[in-house]
Amino acid sequence: MSIEVSLRHCFGAFALEVDFIAPGAGVTALFGPSGAGKTSIVHAIAGLWRADTGRIAVNGRLLLDTKAGIAVKPQARRIGLVFQEARLFPHMRVEKNLLYGWRRAPQRASAEEIARVIALLGLENLLARLPRHLSGGEKSRVALGRALLAAPDILLLDEPLAALDAARRDEILPYLEKLRDAAKVPILYVSHALDGVARLADHIVILRGGRVEREGAARDLLTALDSSIGMGAVIDARLSPPRADGLSELLFDGGALLVPRLDGAAGETVRVRIAAQDILISREEPRQISANNILPALVLGVRLDGDYADVQLGCGATRMLARITTVSATRLELAPGAQVFAIIKSVIANRS
Amino acid sequence: MQHYLTPDETEALLLSLRISLVAVAGALPFALAAALLLARRRFYGRALLDAIVHLPLVLPPVAIGFLLLLLLGTRAGLGAFLLTHFGIRFVFHWTGAALAAGLITFPFQVRAIRLALESADAGLGEAAQSLGAGWFDRLVSIALPLALPGLIAGASTAFAASLGEFGAIITFVSNIPGETRTLPLAIYTALQTPGGEAEATRLSMLSILLALIFMSLAGWATRRARHEH
Repeated sequence: MSIEVSLRHCFGAFALEVDFIAPGAGVTALFGPSGAGKTSIVHAIAGLWRADTGRIAVNGRLLLDTKAGIAVKPQARRIGLVFQEARLFPHMRVEKNLLYGWRRAPQRASAEEIARVIALLGLENLLARLPRHLSGGEKSRVALGRALLAAPDILLLDEPLAALDAARRDEILPYLEKLRDAAKVPILYVSHALDGVARLADHIVILRGGRVEREGAARDLLTALDSSIGMGAVIDARLSPPRADGLSELLFDGGALLVPRLDGAAGETVRVRIAAQDILISREEPRQISANNILPALVLGVRLDGDYADVQLGCGATRMLARITTVSATRLELAPGAQVFAIIKSVIANRS
Repeated sequence: MQHYLTPDETEALLLSLRISLVAVAGALPFALAAALLLARRRFYGRALLDAIVHLPLVLPPVAIGFLLLLLLGTRAGLGAFLLTHFGIRFVFHWTGAALAAGLITFPFQVRAIRLALESADAGLGEAAQSLGAGWFDRLVSIALPLALPGLIAGASTAFAASLGEFGAIITFVSNIPGETRTLPLAIYTALQTPGGEAEATRLSMLSILLALIFMSLAGWATRRARHEH
């Protein structure tokens, strides 16, 4: 089960040359600045644009093979494409929009399935509205539901947050997280915003100038020393039963993190993000300190970058990246193999 | 109606309405096809097709009537062929008047439909396609409903213009009472008759009234079309 993409196309001075294989489950982020070729790749997968040569297969089903002369028509590809601007049909009410792809799907979802998607995206009260009476965030949610109900083999989200302001983005992200956990289809999430990628992605393909710069598991790529998208840590942790002191405990391979109270069932998975600037390093175990989260860690590597240094730490099997000043790194004599304590100032936990 | 118009005048009015209706309805599928071609496809000869579609707008109607007579006259050519094989005759027949009026007002329909199709976001077609809709499906479920106000605007304008067509009709199918004598031809006939000024005035007022009704309808549909997008 995988999504194989291989494309070659020449746009005059710009050449698109990408090859990647995304897992057939979970969220793969196609990350890169605008002009990196993300939209061309999305349109090629959906069949709305044809590259000079290429091969695309989704879970073993061949959609394009220019050598063999195969090019499945867009309407037969079963790709759930969600455009940046939602593209709802203005003359249809939300309900009819939602069921447009469903009516045309080879295998229609059951009534319970439809109700589940509507509930998942919080669309119950919007069904009778026309798209022009929806907010930007509501439009995005309807577009997501419409694509999902068409029973696609893969969901393709083309910068679904780019057209929204920050508040609307925060409104949509929890729905995307729910979608990731509830939908059984793999999701290809195209974005140039690292924040959403770190929050959603399991796998990341970094694009730059029409080529794949790097790809790999999100937690590895985001905490690699030489990564262009490095951040402190991305950890999928398990929620512990509620504590008496009002904090919530999150267990992961490498220790436990205490965070302000999170609602949710014990055992539930919570994705935790830590900024590299929010990790301090101490040679000795600090006492009498306000930080709740102090983890023993092993220095795996140090990369000096002018005034700053990235220090890669290992906490059990979990890797973290601390961004400190080069002066501090030198003073503490940080080198691979050194035993230290990571003091985590702040943890961002989003229950999905 | 009988109280205001003479039987001859009523006949001219009803005939005008019938001819215009058939003219607009008959031309509509062709106008739709031409509008789809011009709005959606890039092909060799597109500019020429565009020019041909607009020809009736600028040619003298008399010339069009004359050309139709040459083409469809029963003595020779296409006209003779249609008459002997299908029994279809256009000359001196009300259907000929409808044909002439449909041809003259064809550009109005094409322009309005094309404008509506072009202003409908092409991205919606892509969205429908990725949701599993083939081209005919997309035409019926997306393009046509969105173009409907444009279609109504075009048809209303064409209908109003059709009611006023004179030159092509009188040249092609002559001025036969009850068969081809539409409102403008009846006005013309009245003016040729001594003491016919009152009748000509009444019929002219009626023409203005009808034009106002259908142009208002076209205006409403155009505003509606803008509001949709």
